Amino acid sequence: MSVTKPLPHDSARLHVTGAARYVDDLPVPAGTLHLAFGMSGVAHGRIVAMELDAVRAAPGVVAVLTAADLPFANDVSPVAHDEPLLAADAVQYLGQPLFLVVAETHLAARKAARLGRAEIAADPPLLEIDAALAADSRFESGPITWQKGDTARALASADRVIEGSIAFGGQEHFYLEGQAALALPAEDGMVIHSSTQHPTEIQHKVAEALGLPMNAVQVVMRRMGGGFGGKESQGNALAVACAVAARATGKPCKMRYDRDDDMMITGKRHDGRIDYRVALDGTGRITGVDFRQLMRCGWAQDLSLAVADRAMLHADNAYDIPAMRIENHRLKTNTQSATAFRGFGGPQGMLGIERVMDHVAHATGRDPVELRRAQFYPEMGSQSPGITPYGMPVEDFILGALVDRLSDSADYAGRRKAVADWNAAHRTLKKGLALTPVKFGISFTLTHLNQAGALVHVYQDGSIHLNHGGTEMGQGLHRKVAQVAAAAFGVEPDRVRITATDTGKVPNTSATAASSGADLNGMAVKAACDTIRDRIAELLAQEHQSEPRRVHFAGGKVFVGDAEISFAEAVDRAWRARVSLSATGFYATPKITWDRLKGQGRPFYYFAYGAALTEVAVDTLTGENRILAAHILHDCGQSLNPALDIGQIEGGYVQGAGWLTTEELVWDDTGRLRTHAPSTYKIPACSDRPRVFEVALWDGENREETIYRSKAVGEPPFMLGISAFLALSDACAACGPNYPALDAPATPERVLAAIRRARGEAE
Amino acid sequence: MKTIPVSTRVNGDSVEFLCAPEETLLDALRNRLGLTGAKEGCGSGDCGACSVLVDGRLVCACLVLAAEAEGAEIATVEGMAEGERLHPLQRHFIDSAALQCGVCTPGILVAAKALLDHNPDPSDEEVRYWLAGNLCRCTGYDKIVRAVQSAAAEMRGA
Ligand code: FES
Ligand code: FES
Repeated sequence: MSVTKPLPHDSARLHVTGAARYVDDLPVPAGTLHLAFGMSGVAHGRIVAMELDAVRAAPGVVAVLTAADLPFANDVSPVAHDEPLLAADAVQYLGQPLFLVVAETHLAARKAARLGRAEIAADPPLLEIDAALAADSRFESGPITWQKGDTARALASADRVIEGSIAFGGQEHFYLEGQAALALPAEDGMVIHSSTQHPTEIQHKVAEALGLPMNAVQVVMRRMGGGFGGKESQGNALAVACAVAARATGKPCKMRYDRDDDMMITGKRHDGRIDYRVALDGTGRITGVDFRQLMRCGWAQDLSLAVADRAMLHADNAYDIPAMRIENHRLKTNTQSATAFRGFGGPQGMLGIERVMDHVAHATGRDPVELRRAQFYPEMGSQSPGITPYGMPVEDFILGALVDRLSDSADYAGRRKAVADWNAAHRTLKKGLALTPVKFGISFTLTHLNQAGALVHVYQDGSIHLNHGGTEMGQGLHRKVAQVAAAAFGVEPDRVRITATDTGKVPNTSATAASSGADLNGMAVKAACDTIRDRIAELLAQEHQSEPRRVHFAGGKVFVGDAEISFAEAVDRAWRARVSLSATGFYATPKITWDRLKGQGRPFYYFAYGAALTEVAVDTLTGENRILAAHILHDCGQSLNPALDIGQIEGGYVQGAGWLTTEELVWDDTGRLRTHAPSTYKIPACSDRPRVFEVALWDGENREETIYRSKAVGEPPFMLGISAFLALSDACAACGPNYPALDAPATPERVLAAIRRARGEAE
Repeated sequence: MKTIPVSTRVNGDSVEFLCAPEETLLDALRNRLGLTGAKEGCGSGDCGACSVLVDGRLVCACLVLAAEAEGAEIATVEGMAEGERLHPLQRHFIDSAALQCGVCTPGILVAAKALLDHNPDPSDEEVRYWLAGNLCRCTGYDKIVRAVQSAAAEMRGA
């Protein structure tokens, strides 16, 4: 069967020959115009006047638009209607688009945009979380708090209370293909090519901005050069700008952000801080944890409420803790609007509890893996499954067995001793080790998003064409979905063709996000294929005096009773018999219910699991560090495609480790992002690849009825990178008696500060 | 606007084009010659997505002026395969699943080919440091290093 095979990415041949086209590579009609935003140089204030004559007079400029020129909605927000395309009055972050330049070339537009002068009556910007907290500047009226058990009592009656906090940085997506869009005026509407994870959202926002119904806007998306959440809502501005400019000029309009503009304008991962108080009983068991999660959301709400919810939903990670209180603050600041990024708040929440485990292990002198293991939720099959802080039973827990397996295969005990021996013998270079688990909830926490549609055509010659609502950003979704269709018809996947995601083919789609692409769209495609297959089976059963359920599709053939015919012939017969060979499919995830304000229900269909062991070395004189080895065991259920899944795991781990180590965003005290290019913002490079990098898939299947019992894989492995961070913490802890309280990202400077803390030296 | 005529060879073919004085080789390849395999990932020489060979030397096309290509021999990813026959590096990148979104792939292939042209038997360490200027946000690099090594082995006839 075609599912479970390690087939290459469906565009692999196009990728290696340079023939794969991304939005910026599409040939454009002659006369296409190019756009650039003029951006605010001030983080907070009111626009008094804008002087744009020099912009208008610049070579190649065709038009300059401001908020006053927008005929309909001036809004590109996904939810809250709080994000103007062009600032009308208030300026809320440094980099905010103020005006739009339409010019003959990309370079002319960008050069002209620099000539604009905005007079802005500046107000002091709110930049830091503590300042925002003090000013009560936030989204929603106050913090959201969920509570399981009685944390106050656990803390009051504890034998020992451990307190601390961890600061964590944001993260730039750094999709290698920057944001891009192209608008082509059509007879009575607009066709948009957009590098987006959410074509329906682009359609919706463009329609609003043009005062058109959604049926007048068609959005087409063939492939993205990476998304990682950064193209869930952040592409709206470009697509709307192109559409508005195309309407104003009657010409096709194209916009792509130069990398610096991309980093200055678009949102990133939420940074912030987590404060914790932990109650321990006499045996060293954790009886309660009180978390305060502070998340910097930036100037607009965007997807921050759902992101912050997911941080709360992962505050427990793998641990059955009797009492937990989680208080989460969504703080509003004059910085880029933080947005979706792989893990969607989950990594921040999980980092909090993993830090707690690390701190408790240090304080009690217990082995950190043994300590974690002792506090795991009960394994799958247990009579009394553990209950999460939000009231969901954990019925599929496998981390006990999975962590045991990884500890054995990666020789945790032997390495622990070797690291201790090394550290006893060496003063300057210290090693560190950590093994951390991941339990990640799968489903959109906005329950109604858990739906998908598909459209499948079978042609007379037996070739299959399909569309679904998911978008391809490199994860191999189209390949997996094609495998599902091929399996349904019993043919080879190369008979199946998937073309661009198109709002004209499958409507009302959810973003390709929350790791849900294959789960949702795979099921929708299967439903459509099953419909067509059943029609063919019914016809053939009639013709052969058999029953439909005795018609089988396999190996490119169809078997009816004793007869066998080729799939193509079966299709041809169906066509001659006037049987419809086209069908739509639909899927809605079962079992989920969720009340986000109460924090109660079953937000997730299931959990995906994994664990990673990382060994690092730290130079205690400079703070420089390296990952020496990474060993990963990860659960994809019954993998739809092991090659693609392992790719997601490796890429996720490295990206997660990057978030917590080298990737540092720095704003100065005027609110200007100082790290807005790869020259100053360091994502992991090939030279950072772990020397030893072993990745294996857990052998199991999803207990829920997902597509061929597989599990989602996009986000969960990102959080395996936490093991790299805690291995660094372990190395710092080897430098002295105190807990190093390492903050993230663990740049050499922070590593040195942690070493000083461990040694008890003044900071 | 002033334009400069340039005559050069691209992937073995003689090519002539007009460009602006400040135009980069990357823009000329992409916008004038329709060779969109090389990508702009940063425009500042830091990501390698625009890697091409100029007279056999690996360069970032975003840092080279188009006018500088006068008389030069340019090689891009589009010239790696011979007709339908893929270069071993291309085949091994497919077989080893050394790509995801594919935007870094053309630059990495060009860079890897430049490495193997002068060092047919590199160590893992040499591959990792040679490719350190080619960023990939998707793969985590492990499969990329493996693909380069298996292609190198095949090309050595091993
Ligand atoms: S685009 Fe040339 S190095 Fe990044
Ligand atoms: S495959 Fe996406 S950047 Fe390398």
